[in-house]
Amino acid sequence: MTQSNLLASIANELRGIGHRMIERTWRLGVGARLFALAIIYSGESFKRFHLTLREIYFTGVMSLLIIVVSAFFVGMVLALQGYNTLQKYGSSEAIGVLVALALVRELGPVVTALLFAGRAGTAITAEIGLMKATEQLSAMEMMAVNPIARVIAPRFWAGVISMPILASIFSMVGILGGYLVAVPLIGVDDGAFWSQMQANVDFRLDIVNGLIKSFVFGVACTMIALFEGFDAPPTAEGVSRATTRTVVISSLTVLALDFVLTSFMMVV
Amino acid sequence: MDRTTIDLWVGIFVALGFAALLGLAMKVGNLTSSKIGATYSVTAAFENVGSLKPNAPVKSAGVVVGRVESIVFNSADYEAVVTIKIDKRYAFPADTFANIYTAGLLGEQYVGLEAGGDEVVLKNGDKIAKTQDAIVLEKMISQFLFSKASETDAKSEAKATAPSAVTNELKGGKSTEIGDVAF
Repeated sequence: MTQSNLLASIANELRGIGHRMIERTWRLGVGARLFALAIIYSGESFKRFHLTLREIYFTGVMSLLIIVVSAFFVGMVLALQGYNTLQKYGSSEAIGVLVALALVRELGPVVTALLFAGRAGTAITAEIGLMKATEQLSAMEMMAVNPIARVIAPRFWAGVISMPILASIFSMVGILGGYLVAVPLIGVDDGAFWSQMQANVDFRLDIVNGLIKSFVFGVACTMIALFEGFDAPPTAEGVSRATTRTVVISSLTVLALDFVLTSFMMVV
Repeated sequence: MDRTTIDLWVGIFVALGFAALLGLAMKVGNLTSSKIGATYSVTAAFENVGSLKPNAPVKSAGVVVGRVESIVFNSADYEAVVTIKIDKRYAFPADTFANIYTAGLLGEQYVGLEAGGDEVVLKNGDKIAKTQDAIVLEKMISQFLFSKASETDAKSEAKATAPSAVTNELKGGKSTEIGDVAF
């Protein structure tokens, strides 16, 4: 008897896994359709630019504090840890190169995307989830106002515009933080710090690639946040679950995309 | 939050972003280097360019005067043809030496130009006749070992001519024990 019970429970498990996979794939399709619709109905976000401007304020400008403070500390830690190892090999002058390349190529886009997903992404998800729960989106449809054009698309473009800006600010403030630790605090030579950095950081290969990465991460994070909010069950619990899902899925997607993009960009 | 305040803050935000990008480009990256500015192209043929890469610096007296533009293999005479772009402000005589040096002990390689004494200057499209290849570590090591080996050869040859002293003594009729001579 227990044998058939065991088999039955295993079979149930497998069925559950299959069901969940199918549902996730289905959700992916719905998300892709929302992405396409947000692009198609983007005209209004640019014709009535104040909509997008308002969203840039709430996603980009309000994230400035966390981005700047985190960048500062990340840069300082990079300089400290880097100096620790470099001076064993007598290359402590390369600390500028280390901080700049680490920030511009990888940490700038990725950490900014993670912080953006945590701060702006959750705000977007909660806002849209609540709009859906309080039936504002349905009310808009009743009034023949396209909710995607009015609500989703401006937030999408705001996220896409804000991310590269935030990533550049992150990189620059991080490098400044690294400079402040390396030169006045540790005593690395000022001229060597900047000249080695300039000799080894290429604008097209490093900085522009970092910008491309941050743009792609912006699209991914914003779209995930929008979709989770739009698709949340219209209850309080549903909205809170959707908010956590945004952070988790955005973080995983950003890290996976980072690997994919880096493997394309690192042409040896 | 009224519209004008929002607009102001967004404007400041975007301006900060551009400033950061500009700072990155100028201070951190290489954008202000002599990639812009009039240059003329000159070619040089090397038997071995080592690890010279396109965009490596071309220096004369330690100052960067240009960049390596391209490196191609010439299958007619199995040499590497390096095209370098030199800043138009600097004129080099036609018998300039082009050498490949390494910056630091194991650093990146660059092209060093040493001016000759010719009055005719290099023009766009000219070819530098006198070149010196990059140093290949394996060749240096094998050269060193070869010279060491020929040194020890010379020493053992000197040892081989020493028995003439013994035969001289024997010829002189000095009676010595064979045992003393042989060992």
